[in-house]
Formats: sequence, structure tokens, C-alpha cells
Amino acid sequence: MRKWIAITFLLILGFFMLRIAGAFPFGENTWKVARQYVKNVTEEKWWVAEHYVDKGIKENRGSNLVTSIVVNYRGFDTLGEVTVLFLAATALAFLLSSCTCFRKYERIEASLILKTASDTLYPLLILFGAYIFIHGHLTPGGGFQGGTVIASAVMLMLLAHFSFHPNHEVLSVTEGLAGIVFAAIGLAGLIWGRSFLANNILPLGHWNRLFSAGVIPLIYIAIGFKVGSELSGLITDMFKVTKEE
Amino acid sequence: MFFFASSIALILIGLYAVLVKRNIMKMVIGLSIMDTGVNILIISLGFIRGKTAPIINAKDLLVRTSSKVVDPVPQALVLTAIVIGVAVTAAALSIVMLMYSKKKSLEIEEYKELKW
Repeated sequence: MRKWIAITFLLILGFFMLRIAGAFPFGENTWKVARQYVKNVTEEKWWVAEHYVDKGIKENRGSNLVTSIVVNYRGFDTLGEVTVLFLAATALAFLLSSCTCFRKYERIEASLILKTASDTLYPLLILFGAYIFIHGHLTPGGGFQGGTVIASAVMLMLLAHFSFHPNHEVLSVTEGLAGIVFAAIGLAGLIWGRSFLANNILPLGHWNRLFSAGVIPLIYIAIGFKVGSELSGLITDMFKVTKEE
Repeated sequence: MFFFASSIALILIGLYAVLVKRNIMKMVIGLSIMDTGVNILIISLGFIRGKTAPIINAKDLLVRTSSKVVDPVPQALVLTAIVIGVAVTAAALSIVMLMYSKKKSLEIEEYKELKW
């Protein structure tokens, strides 16, 4: 009974969602479509996305336009996002610290294949994560992705070795320092530049080089450290409920 | 159109799992599927046929860029949404772990304390 009510509700919802989506021109240039509906638009007026795309290289000198939007144009939003992640990690640590429930279960020793493979992959994965967040302004990827790759390396080691303990103090100090660096770069922009998180306090450099794009690589490296240590600490907390002290 | 239809189908499948399934773990999986569907929907809204990714690594992309690349704003928004999705899933899973430790059951019917 409950199942059929739910299915009817979902079908009605899906019908209306499909109707709305069907009215949207898929694969068309939406900037041009939007222009037809708005009167009195001269060519000098830039649409937001068009401005990001056309002026992004000139203003930020970062090849990856998604990075220059995430870190520079919408940098304040990213600061909030990092805060959300921090809040989730803190809440999780608080919730799981009271849980002593799974300690009586025996953990099975990991197989030889997993142990050997994770010993080999651990330094390589950390190096790959660092590569991803250092080149965030040139290639696809960035701080969030690189940090997640580093956390996956830590998770692999935790699965393979029962005796692997990441140092929790070091992780939380790294996380705090990276957050402070992000906020300090923003405040430096407020003092010496145009606005909070402004990108005119450092020389922009040449297009498509590693040392370019002003403060964008610095902020993304800080985000990489922050997300990596945060997610590593989160995974360690989740594993801790199975360990006896 | 195919992308819109398939992403809406993913959203509905996730919502179905949240509404109907009685196992808490399956409800969390449903939340995760719904998250993926929303991300695909937003990404496909920014797609423009025959254009390349918004990474300007060639000289000929430097002039008249807006007629050669797809919309980067939805991709930046989805980057945010993925990170928040990870945080939500982790929080939900840890709450499930705590609930299981109290009653040794994953069935939602067993938890009646918040009902009245």
C-alpha cells in the first residue's frame, strides 16, 4: 500500500520535472537563448558566465576557468563550503567519540595482496594528490579532489594494517593552519588589494605556467591540505570505533 | 534530453529508496543516488553542443573564448555540491552506526522514540 502511494507520488513528480526540463533547450548556447528574452541588452553588457569565460584569463591568468570561478570569483562561497566540511568533521568526531559499541568484534587480518599493494600505493597516492592540487589552476582538479585522493591513501592503509595510527594532533594542527592561511590570504586582499580574496596582491605571471594566476594556487594548496587532513581525520574516527584501546 | 530524463530518473529512484525502504543503510544509499542525479542534471544544463571543456590550454582558445567552451558556472557549483554530499553521507553513516549500536538493528520500524 505504502509502496504504491510512493510510486504514484513519484510518477507525478517525475512528470512535472520532465515537463520543466523539456522546456529547456538541451545543448544550446543558453547565453544566446537568454538574450532573446531580455530587451535592451547592448553588446557591452556582459552576462555573468560570459564575463567569467571571456575575461577570466585576463583577470586571473589561470587556465582552468572552473578553478578561477571556484577560488576567485566565488571564493567567499568556497570559504563557506570549507566551513561546512569542517563542521561535518567536528560533529562526526563528537558523535563517534561516545560510541564504544563495536570494540568487541574481532577484525580479520587483511590479505597479503592488500597489504603489499597498499604499501606500494601509499606514497604514490599522496604524491598524486599533491600533484592534483598544485596544478589545480592548469589542469582539471584542485584542492578538493587532491585532498580526497590523499584521504583515500590513508583509508587504504587503515584497511590493510591494524597497527596504522595517523597522528591526530598533526592532522588537526594542519587543518587549522590551512584554514588560517585561506582566511589570511582573503584578509590580505582586503588590506592591500581591492576586496576580500582579491587577486591583485601578487603578480599574475604568464598564462599556462605553474607560477601564475596570483593567489589562486596558494589558496588551492591550502584547501588541499585542509581537505586532505580533514577527511583523513574523519576516516580515522570512523575506524576508531572498532579498535580496542 | 536523454541526460535530463536519466538524471530525473536517478533522482526519483533515490527518493523511492528514501520513502519506501525500511533498512536505514538503503535509505542512505538512496540519498547518495539522489545527490548524483542532481549533479548530473546541473552539469547537463551547462552543456553546449560541439564545444570543449573550459580549460584554456591552447592558443586558439584565447580569442573569442565564449563561443568555444561550455558554461563553467554549473561545473563550479557541482564541485561544491559533491563536497557537501560527501559530508552529508559521512554524517548520515555515523548516525546509522550510533543507532545500530543502541538497538543492534537497521530496521526503521524498531525506532519508535520519535513517534507520537
